[in-house]
Amino acid sequence: MTTTSQPVGSGIASTAVAPVAAPRPEAREDGRRPRWQRILFVVALVAAAVIFMLPFVWLVSASLRPREYVFAPGFLPTPFAPDNYAEAWQAMPLLTWLFNSVVVGVAAAAAATLSSAWVAFGFAYFRFPGRNLLFGLVLATMMLPFAVTMIPTYLIWNRLGLVDTQVPLWAGNLFGSAFYIFLLRQFFLSLPREYFEAARVDGASYPQLFWKLAFPLIRPALLVAFVFEFKASWTDLIKPLIYLRNEQLYTLPRGLKVILDRFGYGGEQQWEIVLAGSVIATVPMIILFFLAQRHFVEGIATTGRKG
Amino acid sequence: MATTVTPPVPGRRRRTPLARREARWAYVFLAPWIVGFLVFTAGPMVASLWLSFTEYDVINAPRWTGLDNYRQLVADPQVARSLGNTVYYTALHVPLVMLISLGLALLLKRVGRWQGFFRTVFYLPVMTPAVAVGILFLLLLNTQDGLINRGLALLGIDGPSWTTDPGWVMPGIVLMSLWSLGSTVIIYLAALQNVPRDLYEAADLDGAGAWARFRHVTLPMISGSLFFTLIVNTIASLQMFTEVYTMYFGNRQTQGSFNSDAASFYVIHLFQEAFQFLHMGFASAMAWLLFLIILIITAVQVKLSNRFVYYEGEDR
Repeated sequence: MTTTSQPVGSGIASTAVAPVAAPRPEAREDGRRPRWQRILFVVALVAAAVIFMLPFVWLVSASLRPREYVFAPGFLPTPFAPDNYAEAWQAMPLLTWLFNSVVVGVAAAAAATLSSAWVAFGFAYFRFPGRNLLFGLVLATMMLPFAVTMIPTYLIWNRLGLVDTQVPLWAGNLFGSAFYIFLLRQFFLSLPREYFEAARVDGASYPQLFWKLAFPLIRPALLVAFVFEFKASWTDLIKPLIYLRNEQLYTLPRGLKVILDRFGYGGEQQWEIVLAGSVIATVPMIILFFLAQRHFVEGIATTGRKG
Repeated sequence: MATTVTPPVPGRRRRTPLARREARWAYVFLAPWIVGFLVFTAGPMVASLWLSFTEYDVINAPRWTGLDNYRQLVADPQVARSLGNTVYYTALHVPLVMLISLGLALLLKRVGRWQGFFRTVFYLPVMTPAVAVGILFLLLLNTQDGLINRGLALLGIDGPSWTTDPGWVMPGIVLMSLWSLGSTVIIYLAALQNVPRDLYEAADLDGAGAWARFRHVTLPMISGSLFFTLIVNTIASLQMFTEVYTMYFGNRQTQGSFNSDAASFYVIHLFQEAFQFLHMGFASAMAWLLFLIILIITAVQVKLSNRFVYYEGEDR
């Protein structure tokens, strides 16, 4: 439904051909700009970077200070109070929530990736009546607000007796998700068709084409889908709010909200515990980003996903 | 193992057995999506449309009430308030995100070896779970001791009460939302790096200055990305939920206080109607109104931007 002017995939492809050497006197390079401009540029960039990093620095530092120093000026964790983490760990079942988040995240990401790849292959390889219409429908579902289907979907899981279990948090992903179908189809389309036709002549079945040939070939794209969905699941609050009552089943964001309500607002303003919990929920995402940085950047540049 | 491949019959328009077998297999591959679409999208859409004309509290069977929900919806001051807040937020958030992201992307484009580093700096906030973002900014926006008002004090500005003054709650939320604009930066950076260099060289030969180069080369060449982020960010911000819910809703201390009105967003209000007060019919009507609003806004944006977006290969 929404269209971009750029051919998908061009974002990655053409960065590789950016000119490196080849001095061109007519093109204004940075070295030819006036000195004051270059200084201004560096100052602006570094200032912006500092502004974006300061909240992180404050978060980590304040989480390591004693209660009465949380709001103290400065960015150093002095006095140093790493016990906040032990305290948070004992006060709430953080380990359980971490574990739940990992299990739900892996299930959600694996389900979305596998099912979307299967469906995307169908759209990419086969020619059949109604293909463009169906694919348009896939794209159209991306525009549908979550709120429109939220209530009946809840009623379905409720009827199945699966409210207050973690199943509704990931099982909906078993049916493919428009965003990843779109992404993976692009990658399947980039594979040479003769390759598959040769395998067909050799007697390979269609599921074999998918599993043995196509699937391994688009592994980088599968990782993009996996890390995006894992992140989406890890940071989601609304589904756990709707479906989970039992605290033992909570994922981290849902648990973090409880920590805020119990220790921050409601309790004795124990912000150091709330902050320690926030750091614990954030660190795995930061690690994931550094492990899969390339995939995040590619995924955004090719599809323009928000977040 | 020998497989027979049906030879193409010249001059015959009927579908070959191979084509028919292919089509059958195609639907095997599409089956999960078709089932999911019917069960989790099309079915629920019909159901929520129907529910929007009923009164339903999950326990008792739905009772048909005709247009009552919609009549209430239009008259409800709380719905009007939350819709007003949401539109106000979107009207500030989207242009600011686009403007700042474009500025940052233009800076990033000129960085050589360190580009990856700075890109990471601007993207890391996007990785932070929204609940943690809400908590973090609740404290950063604190009136007396928050980092933001401390910074403003350094500039000699007496910072407002971002989290307690109803007039300042929304600007505070917009400020928070700007921290997570990293994906828009990455989209713009990719677009900027796609602008063919010879266009700039041609502009230089024509004696174009920096502004003319930006206005007549850069902007048209990235207008597709600008348009795309306009639509995606608008749809997303009309559905703002998690950060604000974390900050101001869901517990007795804050709920019912003045800022739960000042910070009320449409989807938060909808969520509460549905799952706290079990007004499933009313909430469904709210959802359909939201859908309608999103459709109209998107259509208007598409219409307007047809005049501004440059598509390669298009003759104009």
